[in-house]
Amino acid sequence: MSNKIKNQEILFSPGSTYWGDVWLQFKKHKGALLGAIIFFGILITVMLGPYLWPFEPNAIDIRSRNQGPSLLHPFGTDQLGRDTFSRMIAGGQTSITVGLAAMFLSLVLGTCIGVIAGYYKRLDGVLMRFTDLFLSLPLLPLLLLMMFLFREPLSVSYGPEKGMFILIVFAIGVTSWMPTARIVRGDVLALKQREFVIAARSIGSPDQKIIIRHILPNILSPILVSATLGIANAIITESALSFLGLGFPPDFPTWGRLLNDAVDYLQLHPERVMWPGLAISLTVLSINFLGDGLRDALDPRIRGR
Amino acid sequence: MKSKTKKNVPVLDVKKLKVNFQTKTGKVTGVNDLSFSIFPGETVCLVGESGSGKSVSSLAIMRLVEFGGGKIDAGTIMFASNSYVQSDLINSDQNKMREIRGNQIGMVFQEPMTALNPVFTIKRQLTEGLRVHKQMSKNKADLEALNLLKSVRIPEPERRLLQYPHELSGGMRQRIVIAMALACKPKILIADEPTTALDVTIQAEILTLLNRLKKETGTSILFITHDMAVVAQIADRVVVMYHGEKVEEGNVNEIFNNPKKDYTKKLISSVPKLGAMLGKKYPEPLKLDSKNNVKSIKIVGTTKPLLEVKNLVTRFPVTGGMFRKKIANLHAVEDVSFTINRGQTFSLVGESGCGKTTIARSVLRLEESESGEVCMEGVDILKQNKKDLLRQRLNMQMVFQDPYGSLNPVMKLFDQVAEPLINYKIVIGHNLNKKISELFDKVRLPRSFLNRYPHELSGGQRQRVAIARALALNPKLLILDEAVSALDVSVQASVINLLLDLQEELGLSYLFVSHDMAVVERVSHYVGVMYLGRMVEIGDRQTIFSNPTHPYTRALMKAVPIADPKKRFNRDDINFKPISSPIRDLGFVPEPSSYNMIKKGHYVLKNNIGYN
Repeated sequence: MSNKIKNQEILFSPGSTYWGDVWLQFKKHKGALLGAIIFFGILITVMLGPYLWPFEPNAIDIRSRNQGPSLLHPFGTDQLGRDTFSRMIAGGQTSITVGLAAMFLSLVLGTCIGVIAGYYKRLDGVLMRFTDLFLSLPLLPLLLLMMFLFREPLSVSYGPEKGMFILIVFAIGVTSWMPTARIVRGDVLALKQREFVIAARSIGSPDQKIIIRHILPNILSPILVSATLGIANAIITESALSFLGLGFPPDFPTWGRLLNDAVDYLQLHPERVMWPGLAISLTVLSINFLGDGLRDALDPRIRGR
Repeated sequence: MKSKTKKNVPVLDVKKLKVNFQTKTGKVTGVNDLSFSIFPGETVCLVGESGSGKSVSSLAIMRLVEFGGGKIDAGTIMFASNSYVQSDLINSDQNKMREIRGNQIGMVFQEPMTALNPVFTIKRQLTEGLRVHKQMSKNKADLEALNLLKSVRIPEPERRLLQYPHELSGGMRQRIVIAMALACKPKILIADEPTTALDVTIQAEILTLLNRLKKETGTSILFITHDMAVVAQIADRVVVMYHGEKVEEGNVNEIFNNPKKDYTKKLISSVPKLGAMLGKKYPEPLKLDSKNNVKSIKIVGTTKPLLEVKNLVTRFPVTGGMFRKKIANLHAVEDVSFTINRGQTFSLVGESGCGKTTIARSVLRLEESESGEVCMEGVDILKQNKKDLLRQRLNMQMVFQDPYGSLNPVMKLFDQVAEPLINYKIVIGHNLNKKISELFDKVRLPRSFLNRYPHELSGGQRQRVAIARALALNPKLLILDEAVSALDVSVQASVINLLLDLQEELGLSYLFVSHDMAVVERVSHYVGVMYLGRMVEIGDRQTIFSNPTHPYTRALMKAVPIADPKKRFNRDDINFKPISSPIRDLGFVPEPSSYNMIKKGHYVLKNNIGYN
């Protein structure tokens, strides 16, 4: 009897919940912890900044234009006397949201297409040719065409900023899922041959269950890696679009636009290029470390060590 | 006189070797206080189970262990490059080691598939070492390469030189690896499990080859293996290792006839011996220790058929060309029929590529068959639709070969064993915990393992989990696809005993797929021998093993290494033919299998399949 109770206890022993274990392992990865702190720091600054910072991002103050960093304007001001710090905060809101949303879209698309192509042999050829088609499309002309076609209707129905946001996220999302799909497909093909997947079939698991329980958890690491790279890519593509004048309206700050605006003043005020550049790099780097730590933490083989 | 003094200087003298590995959690000792020596022209076997430190010792001698994160903390490794000069390899710098590796100490690795570079010809790989170490000219090296291939008895050596590794069979590749290791006429050849990945017939060839090369060239051999039967075939002296330490050392006859330590005794007794079941009608568990506390059970079973396979044909398309058109067929299984009785075991035995695993998977319909019938209690599995097939799979489950590959690394064991029960909604809620715990009890695993992940378990324990998962649905038939082949001998023995116990307890039928004749003899009631997709001989176990009739069956029996140093391979016996290709053109119509009846229930294939 006592033996039975003991076994029951072991079965439901508290303190070793799944997410508890994940957190314990995540904490061990110092780089990931630092990455998480920096990323959430940037996120909080960008979200709460507008409520705390006295300057409006678009408030023009011609008398104090082209100033260097000072106590009043820690990041300086631009050629119209707008406070760079408040513009960075406003730009960060857009850039990070665009980055996360576009990454999420491309990740979902890429993973779905990759898993389906890898798992169902019938669809493999069709889906992979479809992927090749997207890979071979020249990206910028395609983006230009999309902007040209959908900008007006979206602006009308959602307002100029929201419409633009949807359009940019969609445009970046549907043009950047291909590498993820290829990586995922390759991994699924290899996993499908593993005995535990065959074993799952022989114990009667339906296909969607095999994919969700056996395949997806095992391809998490390439997915997370492409996710972290995807965010960086999305932020940079957005800035390229802004540069071409196809992104958000000209007075609407994003990190990419700030960077491009500052390029004109590179010789006179080099620090202006630094701020948005630094913000993009820091965000991307911290997300990279975050993803690295998350991958380790989610893998029980590493967690056990 | 001179030769006598030469004999007394060991080529290699290892003293008090200690190797540690630095891990995150601290130092782990790989090898501790190991001493042994190898004399000229002698074969020393390092034998032990996985994790016993035998490979680490060989890597330490080559000083390759440092590349894997290990560190030699103590001891000396004296290497005599000739009878007068001895040097300590531990104090040599890596430049000197580069001179010694490959030149004075040759090495043969386990996997012949990966030991050769796939993009270079055999000639290029063979001559590389000669030109680097011996500074030979190109022509001279080419000539030497040809001689080397002749010395390892490769047929048509001139043609082989120009071929690439993928064009050669596994046994041929391992011969080339040996030829490469011997190229610079090393003093010592270190062979790390060189036959483990090979079929028995090829293993027999390689072992005779090594024995012959040792006699011809006088090279000393350090042979590392886990298989006591192989040890008996090749060793002059044996060093038994356990947990990084030497357990026992001695002459091969001493070790086998008069082992002193319990561990050695256990190692020898857990090797299934061919012929051990002679005169016994039914399978019995192995007696693992001398205490005789294993209750002696006999698995009788019934004679009522459970599964009948009739004229099964499975082919795989070979595709090629730009649009991946089917250009040929791989005839994996060709017209095979057999019956499994309730509560009994039918074994399929044969070499790799003979189609035995394909049969196992075809029965479960994990591979789709071309034609034939697989009747489970009168229901033809091959004709079921998807839904009915799922219900039929309730009756039969599979255990796979690789205990590392057959469990999902990111799922807890509880969830893995519970999965079939959840799929079929057999047990729900709180009863699930009880049921899974009982399954763990059944396969003799502690319940505390329920919340663990697969990587925390050893190979044998994982295989028990796989068995528990297969048993969860209370199947009538268990398909064991090389289920014990990847395990250490002592673990293998205990898993075999577990399987036999379960058969006795639950009245299970087994389809046992294996390449190991000795294991098959231990567990089966009926045996089918396969060659190139055909069943060449079928009958009850006693008949097959006492009166093998088909020439292939005989050859297979002869190739099984016997764990007795007095019964070594006779080199004239060993003459195997390479298996021809099972790939045929699309239009090829194979003839149906026809059999000679030797006596009731014992059939031998009449068709000419290129082995007579």
